[in-house]
Amino acid sequence: MIRLEKRPQPSRGWSIATPLVAVLATMLFGGLLFGVLGTNPLQAIETIFWEPLFGEFAFYYRPQLLVKGAPLVLIAIGLSLGFRAGIWNIGAEGQYIIGALTGAAVGLAFYPLEAWYIFPLMVIAGALGGWLWAMIPAFLKVRFGTNEILVSLMLVYVAEQFLASMSLGLLKNPEGFGFPGSRNLQQYDSAHNADLIANTGMHWGVVAALIAVIFAYVLLNRHMLGFHIRLTGEAPRAARFAGVRPSRLILLCLGMSGALAGLAGMFEVSGPAGQVSIDFNVGYGFTAIIVAFLGRLHPVGILLAGGLMALTYIGGEIAQGQLGLPAAAIQVFQGMLLFFLLALDLLTNYRIALQKPEVA
Amino acid sequence: MKLTSLLASAAMVLGLATGAVAQDKTKIGFVYVGPVGDGGWTYEHNQGRKAVEAEFGDKVETVFVENVAEGPDSERVMTQMALNGADLIFTTSFGYMDPTINVAKKFPNIKFEHATGYKTAPNVSVYSARFYEGRAVQGTIAGRMTKSNIVGYIGSYPIPEVIRGINSAYIHAKKVNPDVQFKIVWAFTWFDPAKEADAAKVLIEQGADVILQHTDSTAPQAAAKNAGNVITFGQASDMAEYAPSPRVSSIIDNWAPYYIARTKAVMDGTWETVNTWDGIGAGMVKIGEISSAVPEDVKAEALALKASIASGEYHPFTGPLNKQDGTPWLAEGEVADDGTLAGMNFYVEGLDGEIPQ
Repeated sequence: MIRLEKRPQPSRGWSIATPLVAVLATMLFGGLLFGVLGTNPLQAIETIFWEPLFGEFAFYYRPQLLVKGAPLVLIAIGLSLGFRAGIWNIGAEGQYIIGALTGAAVGLAFYPLEAWYIFPLMVIAGALGGWLWAMIPAFLKVRFGTNEILVSLMLVYVAEQFLASMSLGLLKNPEGFGFPGSRNLQQYDSAHNADLIANTGMHWGVVAALIAVIFAYVLLNRHMLGFHIRLTGEAPRAARFAGVRPSRLILLCLGMSGALAGLAGMFEVSGPAGQVSIDFNVGYGFTAIIVAFLGRLHPVGILLAGGLMALTYIGGEIAQGQLGLPAAAIQVFQGMLLFFLLALDLLTNYRIALQKPEVA
Repeated sequence: MKLTSLLASAAMVLGLATGAVAQDKTKIGFVYVGPVGDGGWTYEHNQGRKAVEAEFGDKVETVFVENVAEGPDSERVMTQMALNGADLIFTTSFGYMDPTINVAKKFPNIKFEHATGYKTAPNVSVYSARFYEGRAVQGTIAGRMTKSNIVGYIGSYPIPEVIRGINSAYIHAKKVNPDVQFKIVWAFTWFDPAKEADAAKVLIEQGADVILQHTDSTAPQAAAKNAGNVITFGQASDMAEYAPSPRVSSIIDNWAPYYIARTKAVMDGTWETVNTWDGIGAGMVKIGEISSAVPEDVKAEALALKASIASGEYHPFTGPLNKQDGTPWLAEGEVADDGTLAGMNFYVEGLDGEIPQ
């Protein structure tokens, strides 16, 4: 008979090993799925994981990994801070949208003026927009004790309505023949978040994501605030005795994650996406939650997880185009990754013990 | 130095790859905004792709990627197709417009065809269908069939194409039934069965017994079936599985002839930039079988209207017509020009509500 025994301490070894095992299990069962669909499983796995990195057209896909991964990492870093302290910001998607709107709005307000200070102002506006949107659930929680999970999630849908309204009204391209969507910021030099070196995918959002990783690492390991965050998550009572003020922590964590999500949206709208449009958001804010957990809420882990997630997206598209796999199969494959990760997570806190059934 | 040599060799590989593939087969890529099984918009584009394969057999190779989000993701998918040697790429959603133009700039030797947009380039054509012609037929049936005099309309996004459809349906419903009233719900999606079903239910609760939809799933059909005594029309695709009722007719997008012609043009080297906007006459818009749930005289009236549109004798936007605020738009006998129709952002007189801004 198999029994689960709680470990006295979470296993360090398993906490590092589970993501790797989860990836391997996903490859195995994903391969089976692809096999059943009539595709050579090895070829499918190779297309997803190998092709973007080392395939014939890797020169194009590698930069795309940065473009796809950067917003995920940027948002996930912010979320991980709150998650560690038990503060659940599920609404990063909304903060991402608002950051994009405020950032783009500042840029568009200056059109067609060309000046060096426009882009920095957009960056500030983007961060501020995301921060403000996150302050709504933060304030409501601190003041009225509302549940930040629900409030932040519901605000995503409010943000989506704002986005639609802006694309159809205030920010609509006056030269767009009545079609929705703003001017394309890619054609407005002062507001364009272009590749820093052409064709490398290295735009300011990638730089910001890397800085965020370092910042979060230092914060969590070397700073009193980081200690408070960890302490609150691991031992809330002890944290209170140590003088941690919960409301201050809630405002800080939600604020930081909101600002980072807003930045991600701003870098996206002024760079790869180019314009505010009704369908601007594609779920980075939600996928970043997966990335945060896949990376064990650790800054370096998140960096790797963001890369892995980007890889499955881009590899998945290649597999669709070249092997004719349906989009749903790729989504199932990505879902498996999270499923196995969460399932195997059990092993961090529990061990499997074999024992004979006892007589009652 | 290292980077430039890398890019140079990459470009070489690219040149070789495209060259090698182009020699034997014409490769055609399709970028879809929804799943091929949506039973509507994307489904019909995929039917067009299959028709190309059937027509040219092993002289062509087609690839497609479904569920591609508009924006940077679509740009990557198009680039990926271009890198893998596509000769012709159809991008089948309005939101792919700027990405299509971006990618086309990078691959001047590859031809692009963008559906429902307005930006062209030396290697980018645009094509769309005059769905509003079909809406006129629909409106006629809707006006005749409604007993509550309330017609529900599920709008997707308030863009000119959708607004044109609403106006056309309303004008023709009103013509046969002066008491008809339109209730419009905006779903802000092209494909989301749950939202579409909700929208249909709301409209039915408000008394609508005819539901028109500009979204792609069959969810409103299912909702109407459950409610009973409500009729619907297939959108983009025939949706015949809901015939004879609630689905009493449909507007079918028929892309196959266009896709075949454009593929042929690439094969023959005669491809050039065009701006195609075809309707019932050219066969790009088809009216699905009007079912037995519709009385014979109404059916005959609808078919007569269809015939007069097809022959060019009648234009669905013929004056006298006023804008919603009462200002004159078209004088007696005057016909709307394509420019105004293409950018249409106003309701005609008689419609309630505002276009969301």
